[in-house]
Amino acid sequence: MTFLQFAFYLFSTILVFAATMVVTARNPVKSALYLVLSFFSAACIWMILHAEFLAIVLVLVYVGAVMVLFLFVVMMLDIDLARLRAGFTRYLPVGGLVAVLMAMEIALALHIGFNTELSQAVSALGPDTSNTQIIASVLYTDYVYALEIAALILLTAIIAAIILTMRKRTDHKYTDPGHQVTVKREDRLKIIRMDSEKPQTADSSK
Amino acid sequence: MIPLSHALILGAVLFSISVVGIFLNRKNLVILLMSIELLLLAVNINFIAFSHHLGDVAGQVFVFFILTVAAAESAIGLAILIVLFRARRTINVDDIDMLKG
Repeated sequence: MTFLQFAFYLFSTILVFAATMVVTARNPVKSALYLVLSFFSAACIWMILHAEFLAIVLVLVYVGAVMVLFLFVVMMLDIDLARLRAGFTRYLPVGGLVAVLMAMEIALALHIGFNTELSQAVSALGPDTSNTQIIASVLYTDYVYALEIAALILLTAIIAAIILTMRKRTDHKYTDPGHQVTVKREDRLKIIRMDSEKPQTADSSK
Repeated sequence: MIPLSHALILGAVLFSISVVGIFLNRKNLVILLMSIELLLLAVNINFIAFSHHLGDVAGQVFVFFILTVAAAESAIGLAILIVLFRARRTINVDDIDMLKG
């Protein structure tokens, strides 16, 4: 067994363990943290499978951004865990049976159909080209429309997330800067003309 | 070396775990979203394995787009979750029946 094989099976084991913990953990915060572990192990496996750019993207985008979003939401919500866990053990036998059957069937089919060694096929650009360069060379030529649509999808997601969670609050005071800088002296200051009064004498004060 | 089928079986096992996660946590909306993320990860592993096996970079480009869409989906899903929690103070799927479907 080479080191590469050892690393592949080690990361696969960690990935399957972490995925199992994601769906069975009692606390959603633990689920989110185990999801971070599973994404990280998946990134390591992608690295073994020579997809270095995507492995780094998975760590940066998923572990760095999406999982932090998940953790933030999980910690912000005050949820009743006991009610949410109701029915967990009731669905466990049927769910486990379905999962084991499905995994065994797919594994059997794949084992018969694809029991070949991973070939070390190199890309058309040659073995010395970096993975990022190879992806970029097709991403900006053959898939440029798909790339633009992906950019639009991200823009839609930004707008949707902001619009959905934004709310006008009425219970706090704020100043409108535009209104504030256009204010004139007459709006705030009032000059009153009045006759000057004579100083009162010492006699009259008594 | 690693057989191609082992990478594919890893994806299949991960997919099955995510499906059982959807079965088990059918009341908790947050864990449902996490299970969907795992489903997409399982599919991506298949794409990467075939991309490596066939020496074709198209599979990796597809994984790139799947990651984009999955990130957008989880961002919008979590935003809807927060709005829902503000309105109903719950994320239990059984309580979300305002549309009376």
